[in-house]
Amino acid sequence: MQAVWHAIVEPGFFASSQVQLAATIGGVVAIVTAGVGVFTVMRGQSFAGEALGDIGAAGGSSAYLVGAAPLWGFVASSIVAAGAMELVGIQRTRGRDLATGIVLGVGFGLTALFLYLTTTASSATGAPIVILFGSLFGISSSSLPLVLALSAVTAGILIVLYRPLMLVSVSPELAAARGIPVRPVGVAYLIALALAVALAADTIGAILSTALLVGPAATALRVTTRPHRALLVAAGIALACTWLGILLAYDSYYWPHHGWPVSFFIVTLVLACYLASGLKGRGRRRARAA
Amino acid sequence: MTLQSAGSEATTSSNATALELSGVTVDLGGRRILDEVGFTLAPGELTGLIGSNGAGKTTLLRVILGLLTPTRGTVTVPEGPGGTGGTGGTGVGYVPQKFMLDPDMPLRGRDLVALGIDGHRLGLPRPSRARRELVQEMLAAVDAVPFADARVGRLSGGEQQRILIAHALISRPKLLLLDEPLANLDLRSAREVVSLLARIASEQQIAVLISAHEMNALLPVMDRVVYLADGRAACGTTDEVVRSDVLSRLYRHRVEVLRVNGRVIVVAGDSDDAEPTHPHHHDHQIDLF
Repeated sequence: MQAVWHAIVEPGFFASSQVQLAATIGGVVAIVTAGVGVFTVMRGQSFAGEALGDIGAAGGSSAYLVGAAPLWGFVASSIVAAGAMELVGIQRTRGRDLATGIVLGVGFGLTALFLYLTTTASSATGAPIVILFGSLFGISSSSLPLVLALSAVTAGILIVLYRPLMLVSVSPELAAARGIPVRPVGVAYLIALALAVALAADTIGAILSTALLVGPAATALRVTTRPHRALLVAAGIALACTWLGILLAYDSYYWPHHGWPVSFFIVTLVLACYLASGLKGRGRRRARAA
Repeated sequence: MTLQSAGSEATTSSNATALELSGVTVDLGGRRILDEVGFTLAPGELTGLIGSNGAGKTTLLRVILGLLTPTRGTVTVPEGPGGTGGTGGTGVGYVPQKFMLDPDMPLRGRDLVALGIDGHRLGLPRPSRARRELVQEMLAAVDAVPFADARVGRLSGGEQQRILIAHALISRPKLLLLDEPLANLDLRSAREVVSLLARIASEQQIAVLISAHEMNALLPVMDRVVYLADGRAACGTTDEVVRSDVLSRLYRHRVEVLRVNGRVIVVAGDSDDAEPTHPHHHDHQIDLF
């Protein structure tokens, strides 16, 4: 019995302070990001989330360049990018793809430049991996207060604006007729999205942040018909995938090529959940047809 | 609700009228969309807002909702339960025309109706028995109970229409506006929605204003008609307004109103030719009613 347990949870897992920190930061970020993601998927703005992650990579790599914590770079650049998208016209459906596409291209270009400068000007050869693909085990405990604060702000926006945001996401016209200021609500949501993407970029990497944002939410939308349940299910899936990913990554130190990236496990688990929810939906549909 | 703007004044009405417009003129981008439109609606009455596409129906609804400030004129709308001012404190319910919802949206009809209670409020909703019962009552009032637990995005057009009507009614408005509610419905659903609206108007004593480019579906239940053409309006009972002389004056062109088997057909007349011309091939095109 003990042998089986040790094969699943390698000795020292729960005692490791690095694991505890990763589980805390990863868990909080997973919950907040997945919550924002439900609205992102409902509003059809997944592509915008991806673009914010990409420009976040530019910010994160520039922070590396000047020796600051990448999270600051992620946050600053994705907030600026969100503002740019709003100005280009994300509130109009037709302008949305255009705004997003432009921002996305700029993000990749700047990331390439900053990562090139970082790797040539200093000895930070790991920077590209950390920025693009994350390093949950590498996060310093000094960033914990900032992560918690930003997560609280993001969750606060969602909680305070829950009902108006829901109505605006369902139908801007219905919301406007009720006197809800549609555009300010959209801007507040975009700020929450930028913060969530920045937080996710800090844990599982800028490139993979969309997976944590959209994956659990898309899965939740398939398995529940109620809005608040979708939020709870998405948060639960994201938390489970993150913690299980941390466990597997910890175990992988004893596997060939020691120490597989945490982000790989988290993203794979999220994908597995999404696929499983699809099978469930198809089975139900077939049962109804029969 | 108070519209604050230069050149227009809005106040809340007394109980006798549910809506009062006078001299409402709207210029947009150098074009006159509405020209001196004025009429009143009484509680318990169902009124058709009839006109072809581009006649100004949606603009007029936006003015009534306070989303658009008229260049000139006054709009008096009923006061909401929350008093004047503040978001959501209006006594006007609204059912929009275009309602496209993703089929996978995690939102049941029941949830959308509940958002009608306090969707404009901040913070999380507090579930309560009174709340659930109110939602259930509204769903029953629009015969939407059988499909209230399905995702709204997967309902048919007629079913979504009912849910949206319940969403608008749950805040107990004194005026209900519907933008082309029959546009995408099959004949049977359209008939059902129309009789439902007539029932709501008389039972709940609210004024119902329905915009439509086709008036025949509304004829059996319509108390009054507001007929829009080129931004100008003629108002009154159907018999007063839907007449060749009145509509010819409104269109500034000769039109004929024909009554065939209880249906009304408006055709463009030609000054040289007394024959009714097929409207789709005529310069002065008028929708066929």
